[in-house]
This record gives sequence, structure tokens and C-alpha cells, in this order.
Amino acid sequence: MSRRFTPKVVTANALAEGDVVYLTEDDRWSRHHFEAELIEDEAHADIRLLLAQSQPQTVVGAYLADARPGPRGPEPVHFREAFRTRGPSNYPHGKQETPASSSL
Amino acid sequence: MYRYTEFDDSFVRNRVAQFRKQVERRLAGALTEDEFKPLRLMNGLYLQLHAYMLRVAIPYGTLDSRKMRQLAMIAERWDKGYGHFTTRQNIQYNWPKLHDVPDMLDALADVEMHAIQTSGNTIRNVTADHFAGASADEIADPRPIAELLRQWSTDHPEFQFLPRKFKIAITGSPNDRAVTRAHDIGLRMVERGGEPGFEVVVGGGLGRTPMLGQVIRAFLPRADLLPYIEAILATYNALGRRDNKFKARIKITVHENGIDTIREMVEAEFPHRRAQFQGGDQALLREIEAAFAPPALRDAPSEAFEAARAADPVFRAWADTNLAAHRHPDHAIITISLKAHGATPGDATADQMRVMADLAERYGHDELRISHEQNVILPHVHKGDLPAVHAALREAGLATANVGLASDIIACPGMDYCALATARSIPVAQQIATRIEDLKLEHDVGPLKIKISGCINACGHHHVGHIGILGLDRAGVENYQITLGGDGTETAAIGERAGPGFAYDEIVPAVERLILAYLDQRESREESFLDAYRRLGPAPFKEALYGKEGRRHAA
Repeated sequence: MSRRFTPKVVTANALAEGDVVYLTEDDRWSRHHFEAELIEDEAHADIRLLLAQSQPQTVVGAYLADARPGPRGPEPVHFREAFRTRGPSNYPHGKQETPASSSL
Repeated sequence: MYRYTEFDDSFVRNRVAQFRKQVERRLAGALTEDEFKPLRLMNGLYLQLHAYMLRVAIPYGTLDSRKMRQLAMIAERWDKGYGHFTTRQNIQYNWPKLHDVPDMLDALADVEMHAIQTSGNTIRNVTADHFAGASADEIADPRPIAELLRQWSTDHPEFQFLPRKFKIAITGSPNDRAVTRAHDIGLRMVERGGEPGFEVVVGGGLGRTPMLGQVIRAFLPRADLLPYIEAILATYNALGRRDNKFKARIKITVHENGIDTIREMVEAEFPHRRAQFQGGDQALLREIEAAFAPPALRDAPSEAFEAARAADPVFRAWADTNLAAHRHPDHAIITISLKAHGATPGDATADQMRVMADLAERYGHDELRISHEQNVILPHVHKGDLPAVHAALREAGLATANVGLASDIIACPGMDYCALATARSIPVAQQIATRIEDLKLEHDVGPLKIKISGCINACGHHHVGHIGILGLDRAGVENYQITLGGDGTETAAIGERAGPGFAYDEIVPAVERLILAYLDQRESREESFLDAYRRLGPAPFKEALYGKEGRRHAA
């Protein structure tokens, strides 16, 4: 039996600002992890990553990050990904300072 | 201070103009990220965890008020109002937008600064003793040599694609404040029979394979410096392991081939290189030296210093901790701590930068230095002016009296900013400093260097901390390893790992137990933490960390 696939989100940094972004189900880039598409199938994950990588004018360094379902939407699993949803811990900078709702 | 020539200026301006076009092409889609990345790295621009980061070189850590004010302006106009001074005597801006970076670089060029070769497999910013030109213990000011090295290494065609990055540090003092033995090349000014020269050390470095540099030449005459360094770099360029990034630094080349083989190869190459130098470098050095003429120090009474010291215990504590001996007995070297308890090590706001610039201009012969310990130095202040300087620093939140003490912690940006990090370092430093302040014991503890890195690359110099802390990712959880007994000075040593790591919420109590164990064990106040560790060995400290008694303290 093959190993169970850990659900993923596609994440990257926005080319212009460097801010962390997530690929949504309707092909937008959101600044919120909970708006990301939670991908539960490995083949689909590969396709979504390819889509992300085909947008070098919008995002940089797209990759698949482990995630799990939560009440508001996907949640990060690893602490690094959790930090990327917020910003640094020493100042209220990054996502935690901007109540941004914008997509790219 | 060295001033750019027309050549320097046009070189830096041209590079900015090139980069502006490269950014435009990237944003327009004409360049892919794979094509653009090496171009942006050549200009000091990284993409980090949450944003871009611009790393600006502060050559040999030297600034004047004009440069410092421009750094403040850049922080306010294009970043979030602060900058982060690093262990490489650089400043990093953590939040630039890609399209703003060419303007930031132009603003730097306006004050004769740049971000060239702050990344990539090139010769990086040459670092120097931050007390250079001022310290009582100095043989000679190392900065003219550092400036010569900067000019020689900038855009040097042979050394733009080395096997790996390459760091040179230089000190003009027998007391090594530049960590020369942890650099690819360390230069120590020495004299032989009245002739000035260098002891050349090669193959030092921290990172995943920490090694202390070894002496390749005990005495190198001054005029032979550039050809000899070229011979070292040419040898490294040929031998260095390009097949494996983790074995590509010169420390591995020296380790694998042996210092004797490397020395033979360098000495064989040296005459060819020497023949290429016809004296132009020495003429240039003489010009550079003129730009570093010592300031005209004034003779004036310094009673105000003694009076303030006697009357004001806050001033006294600061003076006793943050001042160092100047070569002129009526002057002092001030270290301005960027380590207020609970603050981010090495960060300064734009306002603080301007205060420091003003003080340098008014009281300090317009000189400022950035130390590898992430503090700022006013190298030439008359003692009579110290009370006024202290009062101004206090108002700006810059008068923390902790230089060289337990809360004067080096910390890399760690996983709060860095894409390479495996754990956070800044909040660990903040919490340790806050705890130490609560305990009110750091002045009793005395000299203690705590250094924290958020990954194995060791930007926080943890291997040479008396207490070193390395943040790792252990099965998806932050974990902190402790090393003990490291030393970055002329008695350099790599710290030894104490044992298993500690969780994020265990590391501060663990460091506290080490400090209390030292207080229990020391023979007298004169015996420092490092001296006690060297006398006792690791056993009592390991007991404090892992033994029953230690755990009882922890509970």
C-alpha cells in the first residue's frame, strides 16, 4: 500500500512585494492561508504546482507545503509555514499588520 | 574617511543603472527568476521568508554622519523605519519592494555606498576591528588595508565565481576583536624588526563544519599583501570543491589538502603574482592612508567625566561597561548598545540612527563604526563630553549599560526573517535578555558572550560564544542545542556541544541554570565564565543543564 498523501497547499512569494501568497481553487493568489486550495490528491498537487510555476511574472519560488483542514480553511502544519502566515515575532509587521484582503 | 574617486562613483552608478534595467525586465517578464536571481544577488538583494531583503555593505564597519543619516532616510522612505546591523558589519533592510530597490541603491550611491558583493561566491565585505584607529592597544589602523582590499576585490574578474563565498577580516591589534580565526583569510598586523607586516591565517570558518584558521605565513611584508592574497585565492579557485556546496569553502580545501600542501602551492604561485605588481598598489595605499589620517584630538579638561562618574550611578554603570580605552588618555571609545533588554539585537530605528549621526558629528569627529557584535561605536569622544553624550543616548533609548555582558547577545535574524533558518533566534535572545534583566545579575556575572544562530550556517557565531545556541528543526519542532566554551578572540576556540537540545520554552531556563552554575563555581569575581569553564571543564555545566539539580531548578 502506498503511503497516505499529506494534504498540501501551493505557496510562493509575490514577485513585486515578496509577500507570501497561496493558490486558491479558482486560480487566484491569496495572501491568506485559509483561502488556499487544500489539495488532497498527489496528481492534482503536481498539476497545481505546474500552474503556479507557469506564472513567473506573478510569483517566485512556488512549492507544495503540508496543510490540514481547519474551521476557516486550510491551516499550516509546520511552524515555518505558520510563521509565513503571520510575519516575524519581534514586530507586528508582515501579514499581521495589514488586514489585507487583496489577491494579486 | 575614504572618499570615492570619479572612477568609484561612476562604477557604482553604472551598476545601479544596469540593475534598474534588470528589475524592469524581470517585472515585465523578459527575465525568468532563474536568470534574474544571480543578478539580484550580485546586488545584495535576497528573497526571504516574508519579503525581499537588501543587504548593504558597510566597508570595514566605518560610517560617517552623512552615511548614517542616509541609512535612516532609506529605512523610512522604502522600508519600515528601521535597519538591522549584522555580524558582517552590514545593514539589512527587511521589507523593500522589488521596484524600489534601484532607487534605494541610487540613494546609497549618493553617499558612496553600495550592496555589491554582499552575496554570491565572491569576496564579501572586508571586516575589521571596530575600534580601528582609536584603540590604545593598536599597532596600526587596519582600515587603509581593508579599503585597498575592497577596491582590489570589487568586480575582480578572476574572483567573481569562486567555489564559494569568501570572507576576509583584518585587525591591527594583538587583541583580536575581528574574529580573524573564523574567516577564510584572517590578517593580523604584526611587526618584525620594525618592519610592518601581517600574520596570514587561512581556512577558518564557522557554519556546519567549524574550523579555526591556520597560519599560512607568519610574517608577510606589507607590500606583498595583494599578490599573496591573490595567490591564496588562485590556489583555492583551482582546488576548491565545486562538486559539493557543503565542502566548497576554503576551510575544507585546507583541511582536505593539509596546510603544508596549500602553503607550498600558494608560495609557488606567489612569485608570478608578485611580478604583476609594479608598485601601483602601494601608491594607491598611500593615497588611501591619507584619507584615514587620525582626527585632531583636542586637549581639554575632562573633570566633567569624573564628576558625573562620582555623582550619577547610572552614568557610572554605563561608563564602566560601555567605554574602552582610547590611545589618547583624555578620550574614550563608546560602544552604543543596540541590545536594550527585550529588543531585537542589532536593530536601530531611523530616529536612533539620526541621534547617533548627530552625536558623531558633534562629539565624535564624525566617525561611527558598526561592530560584528551588532553594536555601534563612537570611536573618538573626549571624556569631558561623555556626560552629554550619555544623556542624549538615554533619551533615544540607546544607553543600555550591557556591552560585553550576558544580555549583549549576538543573534542572527533566524526564522523570523531568513529563508534558510531552521528555528527562530531573535525571540530567544529577547527572552534571555529580559530574564537576565529581571534577575539583575549581569553586572555581577561579568563578561559573558551568548551567541545565537537560527541554523547550522552560524551567522550568529554560536560556535565562538561562551554560551552558543543553535536553533534546529527536530521533527517539526524548534529545538535549541547549547555549545560551551567558544571564544572568538586571540585565544579562539570552538565551543563544545553540551548534549541534547532544549525545546523553545526550555532554552531560557537552561541558560539561566548555566549562569547560576557559574556563579556557584567561580573562584572569585575576577574569574570569568570562560575562565571557569576552562578550569572546570564541562561537567558542572552539564550537570546544571541535565542533572537532577538542574531539572529541579527548571521545575
